[in-house]
Order: sequence, then C-alpha cells, then structure tokens
Amino acid sequence: MQTRFKKLDRRDAVARILKQRREALLITGLGSSCWDAAAAGDSDTNFYVWGGMGGAAMIGLGLAIAQPLRRVLVITGDGEMLMGLGALATIAVQRPKNLSVIVLDNERYGETGMQATHTHYGVDLAGMAACAGFPLTATINSNKALTEFIPQLYEANGPVFCSVKVDDAKLPMVLPERDGTWLKSRFRKAVVGSLD
Amino acid sequence: MAKKKKTEVTWADRIFDSFVHGGIRQVAYVPDAGHARLISLCERSSKVRAVPLTTEEEGVAMLAGAWLGGHRGALLMQSSGVGNCINMFSVIQECRFPLFSLVTMRGEFGEFNPWQVPMGDGTARALANAGALIKPVDDVSRVVETVTAALTLAFSTYRSVAVLISQRVIGYKVWK
Repeated sequence: MQTRFKKLDRRDAVARILKQRREALLITGLGSSCWDAAAAGDSDTNFYVWGGMGGAAMIGLGLAIAQPLRRVLVITGDGEMLMGLGALATIAVQRPKNLSVIVLDNERYGETGMQATHTHYGVDLAGMAACAGFPLTATINSNKALTEFIPQLYEANGPVFCSVKVDDAKLPMVLPERDGTWLKSRFRKAVVGSLD
Repeated sequence: MAKKKKTEVTWADRIFDSFVHGGIRQVAYVPDAGHARLISLCERSSKVRAVPLTTEEEGVAMLAGAWLGGHRGALLMQSSGVGNCINMFSVIQECRFPLFSLVTMRGEFGEFNPWQVPMGDGTARALANAGALIKPVDDVSRVVETVTAALTLAFSTYRSVAVLISQRVIGYKVWK
C-alpha cells in the first residue's frame, strides 16, 4: 500500500514516549514492541511480555485497576492488538482513567516474515477503540503529532488509545531479560514492595 | 425453552465470603448460569471489582496484571471457556503468577447438549496440560472448603489452581 506520509521510526517514537514517563508503569507486547522498550532503557517497572499474544492490553487493565494512582502504559504492536480486540470493549466498559494503550502499527507481523496485518488493508484500530467507547483516541502520522499527543498519554482521563503509524524497517533485536518469574517478581517488588 | 433446575445457592454466598476474606479484589468473568448468583454478589459489592470479559483469556491476562499491581483476583468461567484460555495460561505458568479459576462444568453430569461434551470432557486434561492444579468438587458440602483451600494454594505458592464445580452441584438444564 502506497503511503501518503513518512511513517515514524518505532525506536525513536518509543524513546520519546518513555522519556516522559516519570513514575508510569509499562507493559509491553511481545516481539518488536518489547525490543523497542528495552532499547529505550530498562526499568524495574517495565514488564516485558514475551508470550501470551493478545494479552498485553488486558494485563494493563488489571494493573491499572490495582494501581489507580499510577499511570499505566501498554506499548504493543498491531498484530498483538488484533489478536485481542475484545480487550478494547472490556477496557472501554471499565474506563480506567489511568490506562493508555499505544499500538506501534507497522501493518506487519514483524517477527514472522513481515506479512501484512489487517491494518495494512485498512482496519482502523483507533476507530475501533473509539467505537468501543475509549474517550480519547488518535492515529499518529507525524513526529509533530506525536510530540503534541505524548502529554495526553500521561495526563488525559483515560482510557486513551493511540495508534502510531511506524515504518516497517527491521531493526536489530534488543533483548531484555526473559525469565518470566524474575520479571514478574522484580516488577511487583518495585511497585508493591512485597510478593504477598 | 430451557429451564434451570432449582438448586440451593447458598454455596455461592459462602464463596463470595471466602473471596472477601481471601483478599480477592478483582473478579473477571464470562457469565455462566452456574455462576449467576456469585456474579451478582460481586457486582453489588464495593469490595471487589467485577469485570465482564468478551472471552475468558482476557481474564487470565487481566489477573496477571492485577497481581503485578498488588491485587488478588478470581476468574469465573464455564468449562467451555477453559479452551479459550490455553495459550494465555502459558503466561501464568512461565511467570509463576498465582491464578485462581472457578469453573462450572458442562458436558459432564446429566448433560443433554452433545455439543457441550467435547470441551467439558477435556476440561481437566486441558487445564492440567496448561500447568494448573485441578480441584474438582461434586459434593455441595465441600464447595466452600475447596474454594478456600484453593485460594490459599494459588496465592501462597504462586500457582494456577482451578476448582471445577460439577453439574451435580450446580444442577443441569432440564430441556423442556
């Protein structure tokens, strides 16, 4: 599909978003979005999801309900979001004010050979989130638009949904720790202080 | 018209009490007739957040996030919903998240609908293959103690524990 604009660089977009995170908690999707978050810098309050495709936004919902005073960011990919579209309806019904779901939309399954996803054929994820009832949604097509929208990710009454149209460059993997039990315990200790 | 066989439902009230005493704060569910009373209690309570799902796997992921943030949760579903969760259970198993599931059975005791049998018959095996500890209960007098013990097991040992409530307990549909 011919693009009408220069798409964003995903690593740069994620780095710019996370630069302003302060105390925000981060859930990643699996695959490229996970590597993007790792490339932006590790944190005890990053939970890198290496599996369970389709679950990232819902992990974010459970966390946002449990931690209503902390901002929760989910940064995932279009393929991952498409696998769990029902989550948009479930999250919209719960209306967590502190949850922002960010989809890095390269219109490709990046880890499996760059096959086209449904967004490549025109499926509008931000439109679906809006129809589900997210009070604030956006599709970001330029660096300027991203700069303007980043404060909303942290301050707007959520749930916020944002699709960032990124290019489909295949970037080097930046692998964070991958032991799930360790990642889980590290995150919970940093946020709650105890495993009980 | 399918009618529900009338059964004693006080076990649902007592499970709710176990949830409150066990510190359950988020209850995710896809409705089942066998869970109707418990869902209603959760929805009306200010002590738990009742979250309806579009599919059960959402609840598995949600309760992982809940635990990351310091909340205990419970997932209520029918046996057919277990099949919808299989890959998401891998997150629970790999990370050793505690997960408490309360499953009402279909396709098992006195079932009329043949389409319910394949998943109902495979529910316990599917859960076991996904790393869950299975606690079946078919005696109404043991439901509450089973739930209470399973909550402790799940949250004290960081494991997936599923209580399977038989149609013998919840009653089965009378199709007339």
